[in-house]
Amino acid sequence: MVERRPFLTMLSHAVLILGVLVVAFPLYLTFVASTQTSQAIVQTPMPLLPGGHLIENYTAAWNGTGGGSGSKAPVGQMMVVSLISALIIAIGKIAISLLSAFAIVYFRFPGRMFFFWAIFITLMLPVEVRIGPTYKVVSDLGMLNSYAGLTIPLIASATATFLFRQFFLTVPEELVEAARMDGAGPMRFFKDVLVPLSATSIAALFVIQFIYGWNQYLWPLLVTTSEDMYPVVIGIKRMISGGDSEMQWNIVMATAVLAMIPPALVVMLMQKWFVKGLVDTEK
Amino acid sequence: MAPQVAVIVLFFFWPAAQALLQSVQQSDAFGTSVDWVGLDNFRNLWNDDTYLASFYTTAIFSTLVAVVGISVSLLLAVFADRIVKGALAYKTLLIWPYAVAPAVAGVLWLFMFAPSVGVVSYWLRALGIDWNHLLNGTHAMTLVVMAAVWKQISYNFLFFLAGLQSIPKSLIEAAAIDGARPWRRFWTMVFPLLSPTTFFLLVINMVYAFFDTFAIIDAATQGGPGKDTAILVYKVYFDGFKAMDMGGSAAQSVVLMVIVVALTVVQFRFVEKKVNY
Repeated sequence: MVERRPFLTMLSHAVLILGVLVVAFPLYLTFVASTQTSQAIVQTPMPLLPGGHLIENYTAAWNGTGGGSGSKAPVGQMMVVSLISALIIAIGKIAISLLSAFAIVYFRFPGRMFFFWAIFITLMLPVEVRIGPTYKVVSDLGMLNSYAGLTIPLIASATATFLFRQFFLTVPEELVEAARMDGAGPMRFFKDVLVPLSATSIAALFVIQFIYGWNQYLWPLLVTTSEDMYPVVIGIKRMISGGDSEMQWNIVMATAVLAMIPPALVVMLMQKWFVKGLVDTEK
Repeated sequence: MAPQVAVIVLFFFWPAAQALLQSVQQSDAFGTSVDWVGLDNFRNLWNDDTYLASFYTTAIFSTLVAVVGISVSLLLAVFADRIVKGALAYKTLLIWPYAVAPAVAGVLWLFMFAPSVGVVSYWLRALGIDWNHLLNGTHAMTLVVMAAVWKQISYNFLFFLAGLQSIPKSLIEAAAIDGARPWRRFWTMVFPLLSPTTFFLLVINMVYAFFDTFAIIDAATQGGPGKDTAILVYKVYFDGFKAMDMGGSAAQSVVLMVIVVALTVVQFRFVEKKVNY
């Protein structure tokens, strides 16, 4: 702060508190709704303080025993699907792009620039743009309703490759030479020098990609048709496909809270890396 | 290297080529006959009023999302930058929505504004506004824009905050000594210095509104009422998978690809050069 302006400081706090309230209100309301009975919610206006049905709503959602007209798949199962695919996407992306960045930066092979540009172009084509044909490829390969179908098409990522490429370019030449003098082969150098050096980048990317994988919607919507392969995000959407007022909003909201917890935890606990990851990947 | 190339060839270039190919073909619903129709699909799109309307919807939607999202988060970031005490707490609370899946965000906002049970729609009714996004296209658009902006605020906020913190304090101090008040300092120094960040966020938010909001729209309004919130991506999905018009859907995909490539080129041309004064 440059000068003391008590009024402005107060105004800042006021604006920020207002902002936080607006941002947090939907989340708070979700939580409140998840602790009420469905009758209490349908009565307008619904109560704005948490009710006493927290545990029963969450167990009902978790086991899929809540009534209502929508889907009744157990949330526990869907959470597992989400978790596994988010982890595969995050780890797979990092592994693949580490390797290809390594190849692009340290090896000279024919067509190196060609591959570089090939990867670069993929940056421009988000899944949403080519859903139809990609869906066809996946179904031809028989990967519908499987983890492979859910994750592999999302694994290739130009952003991660670029991030690692940028990072590898800053690794001093001396390190490579020193490793060579000590008799390390390329893979040894990769494993013992490059990977430990890029640990922070890996952590940052992991946070971003985990959230990306967890929050996927359009793609799982297409490739999963059986209930035991639904990620939780799709599950919620299925639940509200019934009518407007006969819906078990308390169960839906309990599911929504459950679906938000893992990515939120990742963001909270790894806030430092998360911010770094965001700023780095988009540069 | 090999795995990545395999994946991108299989899931990027092959499908992209397929999309190009399909966009010049016409096939029936079961794929039993395929005709070569040249540019007919594109011509049909051009003459299709709903497609042009969808373009218009997308333009309004993404402009609103980008402008509102950027202004709100700039405001928040500027004030957050001033504050010393409790800055971390505000920041932590503001980045929450980033972790929320777009589809879940759509459901949350739907719940708040649902005509019969929503809390906010109840309040609005008390104020004399009869909120019903199932019937009123403007209400539906407002709803999805709010949900999309809410989801994106944390992202914009973090970037603005990083941008603000990289402005040297000595510059601001010099201006203060010269007698410039905060309001003036903001408009003549801080805002111009932030222009690279703002421009970057503008492009990112456009791309976000174009593609990543599919889930919000599908969860909250499903493109309705009528086609009032059916943005381009939603239409590709709907025509391809619900209406089974593969050729038309592929032609739309191709149009979208062209738009993305254009946006990316714009981004690289200008962001690389850094819009600056």
